[in-house]
Amino acid sequence: MTAGYGGTTAITNVSLAIYPEDFTALLGPSGAGKTTLLRAIVGGADIYAGEVLYKGVSIKKRQPRTGYVPQLETIDWNFPVTVTEAVLMGRIRSARFLPWFSRSDRDGAFEIMSRLGIADLANRQIRALSGGQQHRVFLARALVSDPEVLLLDEPTAGVDVKTRDDILHLLDELNHQGIAIVMATHEINAVAAHLPWVVCVNRCIIAEGPPREVFTPEMLRRTYGAEMPVTEFGGITMVAETPHFYGQRRDGAPGSADSGANGNAHDRGHHHAHGHPAELAGRPPGQRT
Amino acid sequence: MSYIGHGLSHAVFGGAVVSYVMSINFYIGASLWGLLSALLVQFTTKRRSISADAAIGIVTTASFAVGIAIISHHKSFTRSFDAALFGSVLGVTSGDLVAILFVAVSVAAAVIAGYKYLLFTTFDPDAAGTFGVPVGWVDAFFALALAATVVVSMQVVGVTMLAAAIVIPPVIARQHTHSFGRVLALSTGIGAICGSAGVYASYYADISSGAAVVLVSSALFVFSMVYTSARSHLTGARARARREAQKAGEG
Repeated sequence: MTAGYGGTTAITNVSLAIYPEDFTALLGPSGAGKTTLLRAIVGGADIYAGEVLYKGVSIKKRQPRTGYVPQLETIDWNFPVTVTEAVLMGRIRSARFLPWFSRSDRDGAFEIMSRLGIADLANRQIRALSGGQQHRVFLARALVSDPEVLLLDEPTAGVDVKTRDDILHLLDELNHQGIAIVMATHEINAVAAHLPWVVCVNRCIIAEGPPREVFTPEMLRRTYGAEMPVTEFGGITMVAETPHFYGQRRDGAPGSADSGANGNAHDRGHHHAHGHPAELAGRPPGQRT
Repeated sequence: MSYIGHGLSHAVFGGAVVSYVMSINFYIGASLWGLLSALLVQFTTKRRSISADAAIGIVTTASFAVGIAIISHHKSFTRSFDAALFGSVLGVTSGDLVAILFVAVSVAAAVIAGYKYLLFTTFDPDAAGTFGVPVGWVDAFFALALAATVVVSMQVVGVTMLAAAIVIPPVIARQHTHSFGRVLALSTGIGAICGSAGVYASYYADISSGAAVVLVSSALFVFSMVYTSARSHLTGARARARREAQKAGEG
């Protein structure tokens, strides 16, 4: 699939399969096309070549139940909307022709809010919440639509380490309840610690697989265009920060702060066969643990 | 996006003048012109490099300029557009009243029927589309409803005052509630009260009805702001006093 907005291509020749038990991270630098890929799956981007399939059928004919959580920086926090009103938006597909939400819609929203620990904030305006609570509101909005696939765009951006950990555990719990999860993120090490599958994106798919296999200096250089040292900690593959040595020359001498960013577009290989449609289907069992 | 009300009221003036020159029914011509202007704004903002406010400024001012250019070119222009610019309740005919009633009932019914869709599209248009909301149609309906409201209100309030009459009631309502549904209901009531009080005031004070409606709305806005500031100050002071009393009790 090739997709973008208003005639500008953001991702090219991407082929990605999402399976019912998946818990997948899309990693890549800013502007790599992670959001476009997520939005293309839910029909929110222009597709120029290829298509998105759901169980082998185009999503134009048969749509999966998807829940989409956008980047929170796109939200107008001054908008007069309470937590309940925001969460209920996720039930828009039910009772399409009724102007109001039914009792069962409200009960469903309350149940999800209770599950995510935000039921006592039901009448608060969305601005009057902490970062973690705001993330939970939009996660609740996606969950009340009873999704098979949950697509999240940077669900841990701008929150502290504890909240990030809580959110990732919550997503893991949802995944174990049978919801496929795909999230775009910049949190490489959190992905390594929590997620079983990672897809590196930079305009196309560079690599995919378990973090232990994908997080190699070579793959990270091809994805981010920079040297990123990889290390092991407690059996988990981690990507180390390049330290900044104050007072030393940035000329590449040993111990200097020069990270040697030297990746370029020519280095980027295409891991996938071109022209295949992105597909939501059933992964053969036993391929993922 | 409150600027869209301001912009569209000016844009519709161009449509009113063009309708008059081409001998087209004012309501049909001006409404179509307003709808096209609003759709043009939406189309322009789809190009990500142009912000909504900039698009509104360009499209609606150009539309207003069309009206001014036609009036200034035709030296023999016989019709006075003072009422359209500044509002005149004395010029309202029974036909105008029927049009106002028709638009008010139709828009109210449509807003109630499409409430869920309007709320989602206004709040988070990007996500609304992914949840199956026909964002393009909802935007087009909003443009049509706004254009029709502006057109039928022109004679009473005038295009130069209309923006304030549209924007001030929801801003007052917003100071008193965080719920979209309550803002909608409260602002409708505030708008009706300010409109009635303003028209009465214009009759007794012998001033333009548009200016009177806006002045009443503005006065209510100032009162509301002072009231909410005082309330917030008082709540803070009470909380501080409670904390101090608690500390003194613990000590």
